[in-house]
Amino acid sequence: MMELPKLPIGDVVEIIVDWIEMYFSWLLDAISTGLGVLVSGFEDLLLAIPAPVLIVLISVLVWFVTRHDLKMTILTALGLLLIWDLGLWELSMLTVVLVLISTVIALALSIPIGIAAARSDTLNTILRPFLDFMQTMPSFVYLIPAVIFFGLGSVPGIIATVIFAMPPALRLTTLGIRQVPVELIEVADAFGATPRQKLVKVQLPVALPTIMAGVNQCIMLALSMTVIASMIGAGGLGYQVLVGIQRVDIGMGFEAGLAIVILAIIFDRITQNLVPKYGSK
Amino acid sequence: MEGFVIVEIVCSGDPPESEPIIRVHGLTKVFGHDPEKALELHRLGRSKKEVHEETHATIALHNVSFEVMRGETFVLMGLSGSGKSTLLRCINRLIDPTKGEIEIDGEDIISMNHEELRLLRRKKLGMIFQNFALLPQRNILDNVTFGLEIMGISKDERNQRAEQVLEMVGLGGYGNSMPSELSGGMKQRVGLARALTSDPDILLMDEAFSALDPLIRRDMQDELLELQERLGKTIIFVTHDLDEALKLGTRIALMKDGAIVQIGTPEEILTNPENAYVEKFVADVDLTRVLSAKDVMRRPEPVAQCTAGPRVALHLMEEHDISMIFVITRHRILRGFVTLEDTVSAVKEGKNLSDILRTDVATVAPDATITDILSLIVQSNHPLPVVDENGRMHGLVSRASILAALARKGGEA
Ligand SMILES: Nc1ncnc2c1ncn2[C@@H]1O[C@H](COP(=O)(O)OP(=O)(O)OP(=O)(O)O)[C@@H](O)[C@H]1O
Ligand SMILES: [Mg+2]
Repeated sequence: MMELPKLPIGDVVEIIVDWIEMYFSWLLDAISTGLGVLVSGFEDLLLAIPAPVLIVLISVLVWFVTRHDLKMTILTALGLLLIWDLGLWELSMLTVVLVLISTVIALALSIPIGIAAARSDTLNTILRPFLDFMQTMPSFVYLIPAVIFFGLGSVPGIIATVIFAMPPALRLTTLGIRQVPVELIEVADAFGATPRQKLVKVQLPVALPTIMAGVNQCIMLALSMTVIASMIGAGGLGYQVLVGIQRVDIGMGFEAGLAIVILAIIFDRITQNLVPKYGSK
Repeated sequence: MEGFVIVEIVCSGDPPESEPIIRVHGLTKVFGHDPEKALELHRLGRSKKEVHEETHATIALHNVSFEVMRGETFVLMGLSGSGKSTLLRCINRLIDPTKGEIEIDGEDIISMNHEELRLLRRKKLGMIFQNFALLPQRNILDNVTFGLEIMGISKDERNQRAEQVLEMVGLGGYGNSMPSELSGGMKQRVGLARALTSDPDILLMDEAFSALDPLIRRDMQDELLELQERLGKTIIFVTHDLDEALKLGTRIALMKDGAIVQIGTPEEILTNPENAYVEKFVADVDLTRVLSAKDVMRRPEPVAQCTAGPRVALHLMEEHDISMIFVITRHRILRGFVTLEDTVSAVKEGKNLSDILRTDVATVAPDATITDILSLIVQSNHPLPVVDENGRMHGLVSRASILAALARKGGEA
């Protein structure tokens, strides 16, 4: 019986990676340095503010964003106090920094691409298999290319997080714009709107709730991914969980896990309430 | 900015100026990949259904030609799928026709590029949608100013203009409400206001009132008639509903399978259907709601000139065997009436007609419907004069003339 020849997929990938590293090392370095500076700068900024002050500021933010939801505001304040009390404040701030930077980058990429895909069937058809593929991959798989190109640390953590968090925001942006009722598109056309006016004045505003659902998902996925990215040296609460697991220190792992849940709830409530519901004023 | 003052044209009673504002010639629209092949098959005698089965193309409009006059309400009517919406959307080119010519104000709009087309849509064409199509995240004021915003008019100016129009459609003070807070009728008024705010010459309305319940729908129809009277826009109105068509239309075009089968005034369509299809369409119309005083009145005779003496009046009454006679001026302005007894005594006592003239006379307007007239006429024991708003007498309606008209038209239709 003839032995099936092994396809040289691994070799091919290696060649591609080598090629990229050879010709684009300047780009990789620039990204690495830029993100590194951004993370430490942002982290320093958050830590420069005394924890009690920041807790008050965040609670006030929640108060306004949730349109005076007292219960949520108190919950936020208590949750953050608990994190501070557990001595997890600095780690939490690093996690927040990683989540916010990753989310901003992911959205900066996925929303414009999502808009473009909504307007071009060709682009949409090309993107769809990629997005399907990305969403079926287990999340830690994204760590591999990040490590290959950026080594260990926060920067590859952010890169992996960005890639992982992009698909839902992209999909929901495209979906939201494509779901704008035909009649509203006709309104824009019938009144002589330019394609740009149509996008800005009709499509985006009408699609906004859907797009914001994408933003919400994006930020929640980013949070879960930064935890996983601690495996490649991204710091923060995830690292604490990892250490807890390695040392079989249940208490330590649980405390860090609790802090992550608290952050998740706060992020979720803030992003869910960013868009006013139509009908109610 | 020029062009944002609504010019009030008093045109009631006048026939619309007979200058075409829209000309459509040989308009054809085929939905599908190979329009030429579909048309070729159709030319060879295949029906639209067969063409669709063979090529998957739909011939939505086939060789449609008509003109719309400035200031008229042109109604497109026909069964579902007859191509009404397609035709309407070709006029502002939301749909690009396959073939044919469309001119607006003498300008060929088929050859226009995107920029020219946008200008045309902004300045000349307004559209009102069946399901209102208000932008859900904008309040009423911002919905109404949408067209002006697209044109780049300053916020102050467009708000001022929008407030005026909202007032006009009876929604003053609702500027800050959200669309979801309004009833269907109010939303439709917002749709109307949004189109009127840009002050276009032409309003395109695709089943604009069919999402409304019957009572509100009738209100909106009345309101549109009233607005039309004041603003003198050119309106193309698509509807399924013959009653609506007859009420609103200056002229009606009946469509079938992508072609126009008859164009005419409501009267002509009703009394003179050109073929069996139109006949079937109009068979179940309630004539009393459609025919108006001017359709059923008879010649205003006999009448007495106010300069004539009582003897002449008496003679006319005796000759025609009537007990009263209307008195008019030389310019046919109605002055009142005199009764037989009064005239007899006036002759004896040597009085003038003006001494015995009675002015408490019930009149009807030329466009009052038969339904309106009937209630008046049963209370009156003499014919009613048909008088326009200038006081001029056009004719007389009596129970007999109404019955005769109904019998005549009912029999023909
Ligand atoms: N975008 C489209 N693609 C393919 N076929 C279409 C399209 N729009 C309309 N048609 C077809 O064209 C024909 C005319 O449609 P149109 O919408 O103009 O009819 P209508 O008279 O407005 O009907 P209704 O009273 O139901 O609104 C129909 O057979 C319809 O199926
Ligand atoms: Mg239609």
